[in-house]
Amino acid sequence: MPEIKVTPLGAGQDVGRSCILVSIAGKNVMLDCGMHMGYNDDRRFPDFSYITQNGRLTDFLDCVIISHFHLDHCGALPYFSEMVGYDGPIYMTHPTKAICPILLEDYRKITVDKKGETNFFTSQMIKDCMKKVVAVHLHQTVQVDEELEIKAYYAGHVLGAAMFQIKVGCESVVYTGDYNMTPDRHLGAAWIDKCRPDLLITESTYATTIRDSKRCRERDFLKKVHETVERGGKVLIPVFALGRAQELCILLETFWERMNLKAPIYFSTGLTEKANHYYKLFITWTNQKIRKTFVQRNMFEFKHIKAFDRAFADNPGPMVVFATPGMLHAGQSLQIFRKWAGNEKNMVIMPGYCVQGTVGHKILSGQRKLEMEGRQILEVKMQVEYMSFSAHADAKGIMQLIRQAEPRNVLLVHGEAKKMEFLKQKIEQEFHVSCYMPANGETTTIFTNPSIPVDISLGLLKRETAIGLLPDVKKPKLMHGTLIMKDNSFRLVSPEQALKELGLAEHQLRFTCRVHIQDPRKEHETVLRVYNHLKGVLKDYSVQHLPDGSITVESILIQATAHSEDQGTKVLLVSWTYQDEELGSYLTSLLKKGLPQSTS
Amino acid sequence: MMLWQEGGGRIVPVNRAGRSMKLYCLSGHPTLPCNVLKFKSTTIMLDCGLDMTSTLNFLPLPLVQSPRLSKLPGWVLKDGSTFLDKELKECSGHVFVDSVPEFCLPETELLDLSTVDVILISNYHCMMALPYITEYTGFTGTVYATEPTVQIGRLLMEELVNSIERVPKAQSASMWKNKEVQRLLPAPLKDAVEVSMWRKCYTMPEVNAALSKIQLVGYSQKIELFGAVQVTPLSSGYALGSSNWIIQSHYEKVSYVSGSSLLTTHPQPMDQASLKNSDVLILTGLTQIPTANPDGMVGEFCSNLAMTVRNGGNVLVPCYPSGVIYDLLECLYQYIDSAGLSNVPFYFISPVANSSLEFSQIFAEWLCHNKQTKVYLPEPPFPHAELIQTNKLKHYPSIHGDFSNDFKQPCVVFTGHPSLRFGDVVHFMELWGKSSLNTVIFTEPDFSYLDALAPYQPLAMKCVYCPIDTRLNFIQVSKLLKEVQPLHVVCPEQYTQPPPTQSHRTDLMIDCQPPPMSYRRAEVLTLPYKRRYEKIEIMPELADSLVPLEIKPGISLATVSAVLHTKDNKHVLQLPPKPPQPPASKKRKRVSEDVPECKPLKPLLSGSIPVEQFVQTLEKHGFSDVKVEDTAKGHIVLLQEAETLIQIEEDSTHIICDNDEPLRVKLRDLVLKFLQKF
Repeated sequence: MPEIKVTPLGAGQDVGRSCILVSIAGKNVMLDCGMHMGYNDDRRFPDFSYITQNGRLTDFLDCVIISHFHLDHCGALPYFSEMVGYDGPIYMTHPTKAICPILLEDYRKITVDKKGETNFFTSQMIKDCMKKVVAVHLHQTVQVDEELEIKAYYAGHVLGAAMFQIKVGCESVVYTGDYNMTPDRHLGAAWIDKCRPDLLITESTYATTIRDSKRCRERDFLKKVHETVERGGKVLIPVFALGRAQELCILLETFWERMNLKAPIYFSTGLTEKANHYYKLFITWTNQKIRKTFVQRNMFEFKHIKAFDRAFADNPGPMVVFATPGMLHAGQSLQIFRKWAGNEKNMVIMPGYCVQGTVGHKILSGQRKLEMEGRQILEVKMQVEYMSFSAHADAKGIMQLIRQAEPRNVLLVHGEAKKMEFLKQKIEQEFHVSCYMPANGETTTIFTNPSIPVDISLGLLKRETAIGLLPDVKKPKLMHGTLIMKDNSFRLVSPEQALKELGLAEHQLRFTCRVHIQDPRKEHETVLRVYNHLKGVLKDYSVQHLPDGSITVESILIQATAHSEDQGTKVLLVSWTYQDEELGSYLTSLLKKGLPQSTS
Repeated sequence: MMLWQEGGGRIVPVNRAGRSMKLYCLSGHPTLPCNVLKFKSTTIMLDCGLDMTSTLNFLPLPLVQSPRLSKLPGWVLKDGSTFLDKELKECSGHVFVDSVPEFCLPETELLDLSTVDVILISNYHCMMALPYITEYTGFTGTVYATEPTVQIGRLLMEELVNSIERVPKAQSASMWKNKEVQRLLPAPLKDAVEVSMWRKCYTMPEVNAALSKIQLVGYSQKIELFGAVQVTPLSSGYALGSSNWIIQSHYEKVSYVSGSSLLTTHPQPMDQASLKNSDVLILTGLTQIPTANPDGMVGEFCSNLAMTVRNGGNVLVPCYPSGVIYDLLECLYQYIDSAGLSNVPFYFISPVANSSLEFSQIFAEWLCHNKQTKVYLPEPPFPHAELIQTNKLKHYPSIHGDFSNDFKQPCVVFTGHPSLRFGDVVHFMELWGKSSLNTVIFTEPDFSYLDALAPYQPLAMKCVYCPIDTRLNFIQVSKLLKEVQPLHVVCPEQYTQPPPTQSHRTDLMIDCQPPPMSYRRAEVLTLPYKRRYEKIEIMPELADSLVPLEIKPGISLATVSAVLHTKDNKHVLQLPPKPPQPPASKKRKRVSEDVPECKPLKPLLSGSIPVEQFVQTLEKHGFSDVKVEDTAKGHIVLLQEAETLIQIEEDSTHIICDNDEPLRVKLRDLVLKFLQKF
């Protein structure tokens, strides 16, 4: 029986290092190729030796698909393609293709230049890797080869994020990547059609969360920022350059405008500034409102938000600063944090998930004395706030997507095992489909039962549809045909055509039965009585009395002759072909019982 | 007759298998096509171009009161009658209708347009008649177009409506359209065709209503229509978002090629490979200027522009607000510094100028490779962003307002409409026409420049004709057809003969084998194709139950008795349901009283009965008195005691017996042993 096999190399009961292998109808596809933020050793990348120990990866994979530009989905790509070795196609959307190399380069710089690691991918490798990338449009059907096709759907998670449908013949898998089912201030909601995949592989970051309304969170966020600024404090918002940063910038920009606030807002230079350019140029990927009004007012041209200079951190008075990276594990956000942490008037707002081991994770878990490099102890007096602005679907959203796509099976990745377990039960209860949650390296096999497409001759189909245009559910009509299997082609034709094509003649098998009935009347009167009798019994059949004295029931012929010896007995000759066997047999037994007295 | 069937929550036309494929030609204009294809059970409109050349017969609409135009004399018939002098005015020997300009619509009577299921748009120039179709014909279907096509199409419509509505004209002339009157008029009015079909411009609410019926699609997106037909847009290389369309079922493929270009300008290159293996290729929208080389024209454009400005004159470029203007601005961007034009202001005046310039920068995915690469940096793909930033290019919604304060001469003005009948261009023609220092450069190929200029004569200003039409020329077409090899080519009749003015140029027509089928306005073509198969799916349970039999080496047969389900024009074969078990409580009726309800068809038989073996078999089964007689065509086997006779011939067997059912069934089964079933 045909089957689909799924093996996560990363993101199996875990968040980070997304990398999922799918085998479908003889094709092997790798979904995402991410790195893990929580590790600095070998575990930061997926274990590609699982795919092959000695051969080239290109020989084992038909294509690689990257869902979006976050490093936990694409961070291992140059390592995979240039250091392990893969030359096949890599598919991603245009915005992902544009932004991905910039984040990779940033990642490389931090790892090699700052942490001094060697044996890491180089800038040139990033460039070479990106040369293998084929950019896809939303909804475009990309023919990877003759059989394998992929199609991207809008996922809403970050600019350019996509869900992908992978299809071979009539078997298909949908991989969601990360997605968001509610539109936010800059992106639209994920959408997919009722594509009924055999398997839906969905992220489950917020498997157990049903988030309160976004408006409340936004109001909360603005209130906290506003209060801090009012009392002369400084607000630090650690963000990743692309994604939440833009959403929060739009939020603050409109708030500042409305409230006519004067405190400066800065974002750390470099990436974020550049990022806004990407949003401007790929505005068709943002939400409808932004797209509609961009000519009059481009939402990504901020009036109140200015580029940050390192010296500004020591300026007196209130200010708001967006700085990278988002988990306070290095870079500018950490530098500013160290400067401002000691003042209780200040505030740091963490707008997203923080991986264990990062400063962000530590302060969120309540730690107020941090040991920095050189055994220095940093006392955190500033206020620490956590506000989830991550653009992942919550439990409600995940269920909604399943309802939209109507998959036959669901497989959870990109989440924590405990939460997955809960969601798995919920999915199985509500949708009555199997739900899987393999760990890394564990293979899930799903059996599919595809129907077989064949060519039916128009003649046969027309004959069948002409019988009844509106199929009667209670009385299904049987269609009869001959399936000719030659080489790899399957054709369904009428039996007559099958005979003709094979150069064979039909052999006609005919039966003629003599039925004796007692009837003293004249022959033609007997015939009339038989006719009336049959007409009365066989209401759904065409019963005809022909001028030559014979009777037909459909194509069965009945003739009457007098018995040569006994005038009181008539002989009915009932004649039919093998194709009318049931009716012919029925008629003879019916007539054998004689004619009812009442019919005359 | 239309048959309907419920399916998936919507009403879909039932597939009337085997109907012919027809093409209804609603427009005679080869570059502004409007055809309707009836394919399987779907009715598909291909483009709805609006022929605007009709406006050339009208007087221009001046934005500012023009003494010259208002003083033009009324036209007087040869016999001195003046009853038309309010409607028709004379200017330098030409007669013009003094009325709101009107456009020539596609045929609306050739077929009932309310039956059109979908409209496929190939590019923004070919959708200008859309509001007339969607808002006036009872159309209830869906329109498919790419995002840039819709956005830029909207801009073109907005500009059109705006430039006509902002010059309210009290008069709407109709007397001249009377057939008896039209006969008396001078050419070209006398020969104007379908004047009864000419209509005033639509309104913005109508434009918005029409555009709301559009569904956005991307290149290579497969769109299912009623489960019967699949349509797919492909990049055509001509304009932002411009597409050719594939219309196909499992067995037939029609390619609709409309406005394609192989030149590398700003749009994504043309996808040629996907056009291969077409049964029919409908070819429209070739270049209107087959003898001009677009590159040469751009060169001439630049040098004429530079010369005029250096001599202190102004340059007027009548143009559409999108398309070639992006390429012209890019050329100028590279050219102005070297030509010493850095201080000359460039003005782009259109109600949609700003939108057009902004929109051009956000369609990265629809651009050629070079421009895409710029976006990845990230930089704006078109250099006009820099021209605007450095104040070299300024754009204004109209000549009123800010423009009148900023206006400095000599300058270069890009503005519409290329017909010179409405829009801000009318003002500049009136303003600059009297000076020979100034130049008007025609770059858009849609209108004859001489006709366009007629109501402005006499003119002192220089006129330069540099038509830039990047669409396919005949050499490229012939290469393309060789490459993609369609079985049949269908095209407008204009492409099957040399242009009327160059009748010796037999190279300026389509040359292919078999020769193309041509169409003209209001014609219906029956397209050649023969469909013999349809796709059907065999459900896995049914497939498992089939018993294939190898008949010949490599050929296996299986008889299939199954239930056919048809939904949304998709056919599925399922296992027949098991006969329901008679309820235990109810007493069974006598079998013979049950009229056979469901009659499963018996298979066909083939083969022949070897008499000797058959007789042996009979004897083995206890018939002892078998007698065989030879006949002309075969044998008769007699079972004397049973009074039964079996006639055996090469291709038939006839069992004649008394009404002894067990005997008959026994004999039947013995005969069947020797035959193959189909």
